[in-house]
Amino acid sequence: MTSSQLLGICTLGYLLASAAYIATFIFKTKKSGVVGTIITLLTFVIQTVAIGLRWYESYQRGYGHAPLTNMYESLVFFSWAIVIFYLLMEIKFKNRLIGAFAIPFAFVSMAYASFGKGISQEINPLIPALQSNWLIAHVVTCFIGYAAFAVACGMGIMYLMKASSKNNSTDSLLATLPDLKVIDDITHKTIIFGFLWLSGGIISGAVWANSAWGTYWSWDPKETWSLITWFIYAATLHARFTRGWQGKRIAWLAIIGFFCVIFTYFGVNFLLSGLHSYGSS
Amino acid sequence: MSKKKNSFIDFFASVKLALFVLFCLAVSSIIGTVIPQNKPPEIYIQQYGENMAKLFQVLDIPDMYNSWWFVTLLGLLCLNLIVCTIERLPNVWRMVTLDNLATDISRLAKMKDRKTFHSDRSLSETASQVITSMSAKGWKAQEKKLDEGILLFAQKGPWSRLGVYVVHTSIIVIFIGAMIGSYLGYKGSMMIPETTSKDTLFQFGTGTPINLGFKILCERFVLTRYDTGAPKEFLSDLVVLEDGKEVHRQSIVVNDPMHYKGHTFYQSSYQALDKFLVTLTNNNTAQGERFLVEPGKEVKWKMGQADITYGIINRQGTNEPGILNYKIWFHDGMGEPTNFWVKDGGSVSVPRGDTNYTFTLKEFFATGLQVTKDPGVWYVYIGCILMLLGLTVAFFVSHRRIWVLVSTEDEKSSVLVSGTSNKNRLAFEKSFESVTNQIDNDLSV
Repeated sequence: MTSSQLLGICTLGYLLASAAYIATFIFKTKKSGVVGTIITLLTFVIQTVAIGLRWYESYQRGYGHAPLTNMYESLVFFSWAIVIFYLLMEIKFKNRLIGAFAIPFAFVSMAYASFGKGISQEINPLIPALQSNWLIAHVVTCFIGYAAFAVACGMGIMYLMKASSKNNSTDSLLATLPDLKVIDDITHKTIIFGFLWLSGGIISGAVWANSAWGTYWSWDPKETWSLITWFIYAATLHARFTRGWQGKRIAWLAIIGFFCVIFTYFGVNFLLSGLHSYGSS
Repeated sequence: MSKKKNSFIDFFASVKLALFVLFCLAVSSIIGTVIPQNKPPEIYIQQYGENMAKLFQVLDIPDMYNSWWFVTLLGLLCLNLIVCTIERLPNVWRMVTLDNLATDISRLAKMKDRKTFHSDRSLSETASQVITSMSAKGWKAQEKKLDEGILLFAQKGPWSRLGVYVVHTSIIVIFIGAMIGSYLGYKGSMMIPETTSKDTLFQFGTGTPINLGFKILCERFVLTRYDTGAPKEFLSDLVVLEDGKEVHRQSIVVNDPMHYKGHTFYQSSYQALDKFLVTLTNNNTAQGERFLVEPGKEVKWKMGQADITYGIINRQGTNEPGILNYKIWFHDGMGEPTNFWVKDGGSVSVPRGDTNYTFTLKEFFATGLQVTKDPGVWYVYIGCILMLLGLTVAFFVSHRRIWVLVSTEDEKSSVLVSGTSNKNRLAFEKSFESVTNQIDNDLSV
């Protein structure tokens, strides 16, 4: 069994888990929620093993490195981080409905990794610029931040769906979702967590750049877009202290912020040129 | 007049201004990622037409992030941070250093988290028991005697209220570091062919030559490849020469630079110069010479009695990617010429009658170094550490306070426990419950 095969299985796993969570949401059956959690947990364990296996496989080839160095590996890690983040949230907030809004992100990430055009699954040796311990620190902090922002975006969508419903009856689909205040609170806390890790990600990138090239900041499109993302979330965190900026506006900012994250992650590599364009391999 | 001044300060301390500036910075930063930066003017005329290109020049779009308006936005953010901190810090400091034992008693009865207990013990006994119970849960209480009874107070994390200001200060520190770096520092490149030394770097952007005041000698450059042929490592053996004397020596690779006198030398690239470094040694006489040889050109050299001529006449691939074999035509003026093959980086023994020569050959490179001097970088690093610490404290540590009023009520001691936290109310409720349970248990014994 290769790591790629295992990760293919994980794609399917997260699809099934998403379906189970969404079923809980639509049909209000508690059991499908439990099924969702079990499938997610199992798939997560397989994914963890697969990541470790890929790490080992790279050493077998003679150019060992952590599996965090190209688009495929980053998508897998992104999905893994979303799931671990969501599982911890499920334990803390005891609400499986969040799964319907979070696990689909993990599935889409794995699906793009497994089937995306131009995403090579090959294990390649690292070019000199990537041979550094800062690689692990920088990629891990960034992606934990991205994962938190993905979940916050899901929460934002959940909020807007619930807030837009005019039907207040307890039978309605959206009535099973937590209270608006609770969703808003979770969105806020998730953004705080993501912001801390994104700050760490930008800083570790800057320290690495300085130790490799003597410049901690060069307004490279990737660096600039990560800063744009940081500005948007900094604004979001401050906006809560201004009257009239709670609830819906925060939900929208969580979604807009995540678009910035996606542009920082993919848009820069595929649409713009610069230092990080090798991430598209 | 003072009302006007207040609204002026209030504006610069306001969150609204912060939101405005952050959004402006975000949106304008996008422009610089979509319109290529620092390109020659012709590029902009080509891509956007003459009129747009003119507009770009006026707005300084080609170097947007150093433009007057972008720097002004950054300056505005700084001003916002400074004024906000000066405005709000005194009140926050007051909260941190507040004498909580002077709190109005009537407020205690109104706090959301509160519990009341009764005890048969005396006032002072009850009070000391409560102090012990609180200390068991990590709350160190101070006490004060009032007319109403004994007031106890304990707190955790009062300094966490300063977290936000540490974050704000960190941003200012980073800006200061960046400005020091951009005014007192420089960045550029040096291309040093192997076995030669240079003392001048060329600044990025302007191309201005800057003299280091010392020389950098590249003794050797080695390029290693993976089996796939992709570059694995660029390595340079560097020597720093002051007045011709070696003062420092270091081998550098990408991600592992050399530091010397406030300058940092990074292995960044290389250039293949289509020449070869050849050494020829007469093993009998130990006489040796080093040559820089172009392929296909004849080299003439008199070594002892021999009139040596040689040249690189052919080459062939090997099964190692990027490594070639070179065919050498060699004559020492006596007898017939010899042909032999030598591998890049290899050494070959060339017997010529009584004399034995050793011939080594290596591809000749120039190492590409990036050189920077940045006296501000440590300020930036300190700012970054402060930011991470500040964010952690600001978001994850709260200021929690607990008061206990022990009074006499119908010959029994009455204990009123009240608490408050400025953040994370849920976590505090649990913490509060844990203390009150401890107090309850200890009093009922």
